[in-house]
Amino acid sequence: MTAPLQLAATTTLAAGTSTGEAFQFWILGTVAVIGALCTVFMKKAVHSALCLAGTMIILAVFYLANGAYFLGVVQIVVYTGAIMMLFLFVVMLVGVTAADSLKETIKGQRWLALVCGLGFGILLFAGIGNASLNEFNGLTQANSGGNVEGLATLIFTKYVFAFEITGALLITAAVGAMVLTHRERTERALTQREMAEKRVRDGKHLPPLPAPGVYARHNAVDIAGLLPDGTPSELTVSKMLRQRGQIRDVSAEALNDLKALEQRAEERLDRTEIEPATFKREASK
Amino acid sequence: MNPVNYLYLAALLFTIGATGVLIRRNAIVVFMCIELMLNACNLAFVAFSRMHGNLDGQIIAFFTMVVAAAEVVVGLAIIVSLFRSRHSASVDDASLMKL
Amino acid sequence: MENLIALLIAAPLLGAAVLLTGGRRLDAVGHWIGTILAAVSFVFGAILFADLLGKNAEDRTLIQHLWTWIPVEGFQADVTFRLDQLSMTFVLLITGVGSLIHLYSIGYMEHDERRRRFFGYLNLFLAAMLLLVLADNYLLLYVGWEGVGLASYLLIGFWQHKPSAATAAKKAFLVNRVGDMGLSIAIMLMFTTFGTFAFGPVLGSHEKPGLVEGASEATLTGIALMLLLAACGKSAQVPLQSWLGDAMEGPTPVSALIHAATMVTAGVYLIVRSANIFNLAPDAQLVVTVVGGVTLLFGAIVGCAKDDIKKALAGSTMSQIGYMVLAAGLGPIGYVFAIMHLVTHGFFKAGLFLGAGSVMHGMNDEVDMRKYGGLRKYMPVTFVTFGLGYLAIIGFPGLSGFFSKDKIIEAAFAKGGTEGWILGGVALLGAAITAFYMTRVMLMTFFGEKRWQPDAEGHEPHPHESPKSMTIPMIVLAFGSVFAGGFFSIGDRFLHWLEPVTGHSHGDSPVSALTVTLATMVVLVIGVAIAYAQYGRRPVPVVAPRGSLLTRAARRDLLQDDFNHVVLVRGGEHLTRSLVYVDHTLVDGVVNGTAASVGGLSGRMRKLQNGYARSYAVSMFGGAAILVAATLLMRAV
Repeated sequence: MTAPLQLAATTTLAAGTSTGEAFQFWILGTVAVIGALCTVFMKKAVHSALCLAGTMIILAVFYLANGAYFLGVVQIVVYTGAIMMLFLFVVMLVGVTAADSLKETIKGQRWLALVCGLGFGILLFAGIGNASLNEFNGLTQANSGGNVEGLATLIFTKYVFAFEITGALLITAAVGAMVLTHRERTERALTQREMAEKRVRDGKHLPPLPAPGVYARHNAVDIAGLLPDGTPSELTVSKMLRQRGQIRDVSAEALNDLKALEQRAEERLDRTEIEPATFKREASK
Repeated sequence: MNPVNYLYLAALLFTIGATGVLIRRNAIVVFMCIELMLNACNLAFVAFSRMHGNLDGQIIAFFTMVVAAAEVVVGLAIIVSLFRSRHSASVDDASLMKL
Repeated sequence: MENLIALLIAAPLLGAAVLLTGGRRLDAVGHWIGTILAAVSFVFGAILFADLLGKNAEDRTLIQHLWTWIPVEGFQADVTFRLDQLSMTFVLLITGVGSLIHLYSIGYMEHDERRRRFFGYLNLFLAAMLLLVLADNYLLLYVGWEGVGLASYLLIGFWQHKPSAATAAKKAFLVNRVGDMGLSIAIMLMFTTFGTFAFGPVLGSHEKPGLVEGASEATLTGIALMLLLAACGKSAQVPLQSWLGDAMEGPTPVSALIHAATMVTAGVYLIVRSANIFNLAPDAQLVVTVVGGVTLLFGAIVGCAKDDIKKALAGSTMSQIGYMVLAAGLGPIGYVFAIMHLVTHGFFKAGLFLGAGSVMHGMNDEVDMRKYGGLRKYMPVTFVTFGLGYLAIIGFPGLSGFFSKDKIIEAAFAKGGTEGWILGGVALLGAAITAFYMTRVMLMTFFGEKRWQPDAEGHEPHPHESPKSMTIPMIVLAFGSVFAGGFFSIGDRFLHWLEPVTGHSHGDSPVSALTVTLATMVVLVIGVAIAYAQYGRRPVPVVAPRGSLLTRAARRDLLQDDFNHVVLVRGGEHLTRSLVYVDHTLVDGVVNGTAASVGGLSGRMRKLQNGYARSYAVSMFGGAAILVAATLLMRAV
């Protein structure tokens, strides 16, 4: 995909910009700003992450348009591909369905943030406007030996120390992340046999835990299974979901849904009620 | 079109990111906003590179990416351990230092 | 021979050390150890005196260097003793009269269970006073000076179970501190001016002054005035006289020692020793004479009104020391006579105090003269010795006081000009008052009817003569009172003896010596006659009459304590109170106000510290915005 873009861009990399680039800028720029705003204002973290990924891809296109071919590709592969995936992992870990309330809790924080943001933005715009940056040299000459080769030359000559130190930083960060998330096991892990024996000794729930609810309309593992009397049993749901508080208490809702479904089926099939009393009785429980 | 527009776009994205940092409570979203700010900077660097006709701006942007990657790794690790201990990813919950 | 000088001091110092650390096992012999060591010191003094007499007048200065006390670059203090005619005179007076007082104390303190300690203090007193007069530099003199202050404190407050004695000791110590401050300032001034404070380099001799000659008159006046302040403290001169009367709370031998041989003479010694400084500071000399003249009258007037025999004698001491200071202030005309009067006064005042002690000893420690009367029949020896001392102090012709006091009056007139007339007049007036109050003491104590009554427990006093150990010193001192003046004056012996140290000039008196003598005789007769008319011809009332305003004031020591109380104590209290007020309102106000405002500000500021990372981020972002704005503004400008 990069080759044709590169060709197209090379021709326009002179001091000015072509109409095509202007067209591309205004369309994609608008989309990028919308993506950024969505990143900020989406309630769910996963939506924010997706919007951010979109903005990043657009930025990658802008890099390419500015003659930074290597960076453009890296932006897509490393940033959008790797880092955003990392974000998504964490979002999944924390709970993908959790939606944030956008209601502000710190008094005056939103106003201050708006004033600061507006002021800062205006100042930046004023600064750029004042700077008389109308002359563009273009990268034709700099990229003449190839963009990647040019970057490589600079990285391994002028910026070689910074490059090495950055490598050390990366290693440190990797080790740091491991240290932060690592938990030391202080005792021997129990074997399966020992766990079974312990369960017998404690005298609680010898057979496997019951399965969760079976309504396949949802990610069904988060729906507690119903006991014979119609009450939901939390035991049926994974411990992790229980801790996150992501169990759907669907007993009443499910029954009502079921009731509605059956009503609709009856209407369609023109049938009379089948044992409505029992359901009602159980639902009222 | 004047290529300075890239700079205006970068400034706009940066401001949006910064405001997001101030407004959002979810640590992951705050982190994403920071990434947005870094990317805005990168765009500015690339635009500068084109203005000056040399590749140094791109090199800086490259280093920014590397540092951002390192930051993401450590930051997400912090968020994960924070979530483990407090069962919440809200930055406002980590306010034990207040009076 | 020089090596004996240190032994002079060492003997009583050893006595003090042994007696004060020896404990109870020395109780039986302690008083003898003290007395013998004092006598040993006197013997050493006599040997040295004989040695000095054998030399030429110019060579009579012995220097003994013991060790270097403070060997610091640019600051050299040696432990060096100087024995010349001046210090020799003092040594003989201190050890001689001191030994007699020791001997007397054996009898006087016989019934006191702390007698050993008392003798230890007496020895310490002698040692300190000897160190004072033998020191060859002002710093070592200061050591002795403080030692005297300490010993006087211990002795005045010896009966510390009496609150009045404890208070009197504290008062003496505190008033002396004021003077000591003067001496220390004088020493510091001397060091900054001359770079040394040894007598030799600073003072030189009277013919060839030392470094003092090069100093400005203002500096010398400052040093001299500070020295005078020191002398006022030790010698009980106005304005630091208030401790002397209260110091009578000590045992009588202590009073005798303080008034005759040690302590109060130290001030006179200091002035005469520093003669070369005073000679070059005429203004300071004038102040010295004024202080002397005022104290002379002050003490005499107080002495007239006191019914307490010891306090009357204390007033007399103040007055007589006033004479000496007056003489010392006259410069070379008076130095010799100041010292001569000091020596004769040492004899007769010691005799008078020992006599007073003897009277009290026989009268159950009664001190009120109005309760004596007719004691001559009961205490013949005391009467005779006291009477001779009395005749000597009023200046009866032929006795000691006549020669020395007459010379001082003469020298005062010889000062010349209006000053001379005023000072001479004051001295003459003092002589008249002296005659009056001493006659009064004599008449009230030994003549007239007996006026004593049984005390509260019904014990009637049985006046009796004191034991031999008390009467012998009185007899010896009476001999001194009678003959010392004549012995010194015949052929101007004392003048020739002391002149090499102090120098002497005759001055030209506007009145002849004979006129002065005659005038002195006339005022003497007048004083005695008035006293006789008042106390000899009619009975003395047992209860003091109310008296005139002056009498009542004089009974209160001419309001010295009231003055001190109003000016110093009240003034100090007011000053302190106002300072406390300033401290509480202004200083504390500023401090507390600062604290309160900081606290209030912090209370508001701390609301910024809400612990939310996002709030901090806003601050950071706002700060960044301000920085950008500043950068843009700077570029725009």
